[in-house]
Amino acid sequence: MTIAAVQSNPAPAILPGSGGLRGALSDLFWRRPKFLLLLMLAPPLLWLGIVYIGSLFALLAQSFFSIDEFSGLINREFTLKTYGDLFQAANLDIILRTITMAALVTLASAVVAFPIAYYAARYARGRWKALFYLGIMLPLWSSYLVKIYAWKLILAKEGILTWLLAKLHLLWLLDAWLSLPVVGGNSLSVSFTGTFIVFVYVWLPFMILPVQAALERVPGNLVEASSDLGASPGQTFRNVLFPLALPGIVAGSIFTFSLTLGDYIIPQIIGTSRLFIGQAVYSQQGTAGNIPLAAAFTVVPIVIMGFYLWGAKRMGAFDAL
Amino acid sequence: MRSDRGQSAPLGLKIAAGCGLLFLHLPILLIFVYAFTTEEKSFVWPPPGLTLQWFAVTWNRPDVWEALSLSVRVAAISTAIALVLGTLCAAAVSQTRFFGREAISLLVILPIALPGIITGIALRSAFSLADIPFSFWTIVLGHATFCVVVVYNNAVARFRRTSGSMIEASMDLGADGFQTFRHVVLPNIATALLAGGMLAFALSFDEVIVTTFTAGQQQTVPIWMLEELIRPRQRPVTNVVAMVVVLVTLLPILFAYYLTRDGDQIAGSGK
Repeated sequence: MTIAAVQSNPAPAILPGSGGLRGALSDLFWRRPKFLLLLMLAPPLLWLGIVYIGSLFALLAQSFFSIDEFSGLINREFTLKTYGDLFQAANLDIILRTITMAALVTLASAVVAFPIAYYAARYARGRWKALFYLGIMLPLWSSYLVKIYAWKLILAKEGILTWLLAKLHLLWLLDAWLSLPVVGGNSLSVSFTGTFIVFVYVWLPFMILPVQAALERVPGNLVEASSDLGASPGQTFRNVLFPLALPGIVAGSIFTFSLTLGDYIIPQIIGTSRLFIGQAVYSQQGTAGNIPLAAAFTVVPIVIMGFYLWGAKRMGAFDAL
Repeated sequence: MRSDRGQSAPLGLKIAAGCGLLFLHLPILLIFVYAFTTEEKSFVWPPPGLTLQWFAVTWNRPDVWEALSLSVRVAAISTAIALVLGTLCAAAVSQTRFFGREAISLLVILPIALPGIITGIALRSAFSLADIPFSFWTIVLGHATFCVVVVYNNAVARFRRTSGSMIEASMDLGADGFQTFRHVVLPNIATALLAGGMLAFALSFDEVIVTTFTAGQQQTVPIWMLEELIRPRQRPVTNVVAMVVVLVTLLPILFAYYLTRDGDQIAGSGK
């Protein structure tokens, strides 16, 4: 096309507006991208800001109220009395027990998760890789209550585990374990051991996925180089693999630790009558009607997780998520 | 070609990984066996006999149907809300840079990062402060809040792969903003949204902790199960419901995986 042809048939510099409200809106969005951005962000931010952040603040505010011991009514005046109640010996016991359990569960999940994640990251290829991925995802997304229920079936006195151990003539081992002071009990389904196993089971996929993501990034020849230079498999693990997988483990531990801190259903269904933080919150707000103390209790996991996240960020764990 | 191709894993690692996977899967498979047991009163293993009668009994239980219907309605509406909010948020965050962008990602993830009991009790105390009675809508309010994140994650991953020049080309060719959205943006993100929606549905269908705080007297399927776990009334019915719940949640997950498997980020890796 020649220049003359273009000039003889001049196109309008700007396309005509398509007219109507729709056209006007469309033009407005084009001319003022900020306005469009605001319009897109407003609904989610309003929802999360009002429903979620608003509720969180309403909860935190209530931890500064107190309950009148005689009438059971909530006194809406600022006080630190509820936090004083929180640090009574019985409540400190609950907090300490929950933190110990969360730490043990995190440690055990890391130990169980590592071989699965390592195999999936380094050896599984093609079809096997997909199979491993689904093998981790399906338990992750299976119903939480059904998983707990399955363990109730397994750990019950007449259940499959007792049957298996009887077949293997190992019942004495179970009895010996159950007669131990803290971890034992009448049967596994009413002991801390049972609670521990179920916690590890339910949160395990949350540990595998970030560890696998971290291990995927370790070049295979790094491990080969280490063994070429004469390191034993143990030394390679300690000095090469583990340090490189650590951010992934820390990222996974955020989930296992936080989820254990807040859970109240697992220890209620499989466990002893001694409470965890989640159960304390639940019973304080429900049967006891002491919302201020329940609110103060929820501050504990928030503060612990705050510190935990701060430490994890310093270790570079968020890059592994 | 990788030099470690075809290299096989040490035996110890194979055994440890295999045992780990068995540990993850055997308990769920066990649920399927127990749904057919003839034993009514206890969890005895091995099952004394197998029967199909509990499926018929469960089919005729109105409370199970009511719980199921409530769960499906709540999950459908929460998913719809989460789809709108999550997509808007993802579009805003991935297409433009602005002050406070990081804070918004954090805000979206927070409802699922903090323990469920905190979200639950926070909502409950907010309802009581505002004198809102418990209803269908209070459950939806809670569920939609934590479902936004799964839609958001999927949509953000897809937007990152979609090039912005396509939108510019569409505008250059004379399409207005709405036409561009309808004919260019939407077809590109459709499968990611479908996957996110599936996951959100599964998440809502399974959620119990937040629901116990926002449901009042109504029972969703997980609440019904929790009630049965604490005070068992008819164990065989619980077994059958447990099996159905496993199937109902697994199908959307498999479908979501299928929809996004070619992508750089596969749906569901962050629950």
